[in-house]
Amino acid sequence: MAIDINLIFKIAAIGILVSILNQVLKHSGREEMATMTTITGLIIVLLMVIQLINNLFTTVKAMFEMY
Amino acid sequence: MEIIKIVALGIIATILTVIVKQYKPEYGMHISIATGVIIFLLMISKLASILEVIHELTNKLDMEVVYLKSIFKIIGIAYIAEFGSQVCRDCGESSIASKVEFAGKILIMVLALPILLSVLNLIIKLMP
Repeated sequence: MAIDINLIFKIAAIGILVSILNQVLKHSGREEMATMTTITGLIIVLLMVIQLINNLFTTVKAMFEMY
Repeated sequence: MEIIKIVALGIIATILTVIVKQYKPEYGMHISIATGVIIFLLMISKLASILEVIHELTNKLDMEVVYLKSIFKIIGIAYIAEFGSQVCRDCGESSIASKVEFAGKILIMVLALPILLSVLNLIIKLMP
């Protein structure tokens, strides 16, 4: 599974990036942009994690013949 | 060695989770879920070979295949229920975690009933 370690780094990077962006946007006065970036960051990470979970569930279903 | 890679992955993910939790708590949860899934996916090949050996053993014993299938299903349900409840408990939602475990137990009970009944029938037959 080549994606294993850099996926975790990607999620962490997005998390830190979003929090930094929020600080910057808050200080520069644009509050609504800050919430926008939070939501988009969350959506991106959610898509990644849901893809992984879907992969896990299909694998377990195939593995244990849980049809 | 596989175990070294797994432990390294776990430690790195834990460090990242602690770092990210200060800024954004929800991302810590995402990282822990991702790590759990990745570690399981790394172990798939080993698990497949174990299940293969079990299949061969049961074929030799010409045991009822139905029982083995439901045992595998029970293992699968137990694993997924455990995974879900641990994730919920990790994020502090222990009430949701206990509900998930409760549902898992019920489903396992439903699957285990046929085996139980067949054992009882066997015992009754053996009785003099």
